Amino acid sequence: MKARVFVTLKSGVLDPQGAAIGSALDGMGFDGVESIRQGKVFEIEMADATRDEAAEQLDAMCRRLLANTVIEDYSVELD
Amino acid sequence: MKSAVIVFPGSNCDRDLAVAMREATGREPHMVWHKDSTLPEGLDFIGVPGGFSFGDYLRCGAIAAQSPIMREVVAFAGRGGHVLGICNGFQVLIESGLLPGVLMRNATLKFVCRDVPLRVEEAQSAFTREYAAGQEVTFPVAHHDGCYVAEPDMLERLEDERRVAFRYLDAVNGSMNDIAGILSENRRVLGMMPHPERAADARLLGTDGKAMFRGLAESLVAA
Repeated sequence: MKARVFVTLKSGVLDPQGAAIGSALDGMGFDGVESIRQGKVFEIEMADATRDEAAEQLDAMCRRLLANTVIEDYSVELD
Repeated sequence: MKSAVIVFPGSNCDRDLAVAMREATGREPHMVWHKDSTLPEGLDFIGVPGGFSFGDYLRCGAIAAQSPIMREVVAFAGRGGHVLGICNGFQVLIESGLLPGVLMRNATLKFVCRDVPLRVEEAQSAFTREYAAGQEVTFPVAHHDGCYVAEPDMLERLEDERRVAFRYLDAVNGSMNDIAGILSENRRVLGMMPHPERAADARLLGTDGKAMFRGLAESLVAA
């Protein structure tokens, strides 16, 4: 089973890297960008497990390692 | 006083910390590899050194915080043991849940590597007892992710409980309230971005850091 985990900064958390990328895009002439936030994507191949088991494991992975829930939100997509 | 320094792949201040501890205590610290699952018996103090553990992959300190030895360090702190985390060590202690908040990319996005002036805000701890509250000291910093951020309630609590041990005197990395180092609730865990161990030898970069190791040695010998 394939999973994709998205880790993004919580709204309100300052994202200087996103801001720098935004100003680079602006400098390249992409003037339609109103705001940009940087995040991470993890593509995870799970061994045989039921959907519920996989979802439970992925949630634990996010809480314990993949995301720092003080500043980051996460979401999981299962194929 | 019996001390240990934890070593991760990518640690690079472990020996500096060990030398500072040896000079202060007269005893060689145990160097403990991250894969070990037990600590030496009868420890009084653990240092978590600076460096780039696990290449700063994922988030600085996040992977080191999951090392087998860190479970033991957290348990040691839970029993009231003294733990000092410097730079990457501070990041590891935060990721381990021993200290609150988070250390984010510097607001300038630049790696900052220079001597910075600091104010010792709090002298009530084994780490800072040899300083006077309000004293100014200079320690080097060398980090990319040292911008201290905490939720407003936590920030207020840290200030009210006098747990901000060190504060930057000028803008270094965008940290909230210019926080450079914080203490745990029981004041026995200190995490800080600046490097006292790199300012603990007159032949190198000043000696303002020596008092920290002297204070630790004195309070833990007496304990």
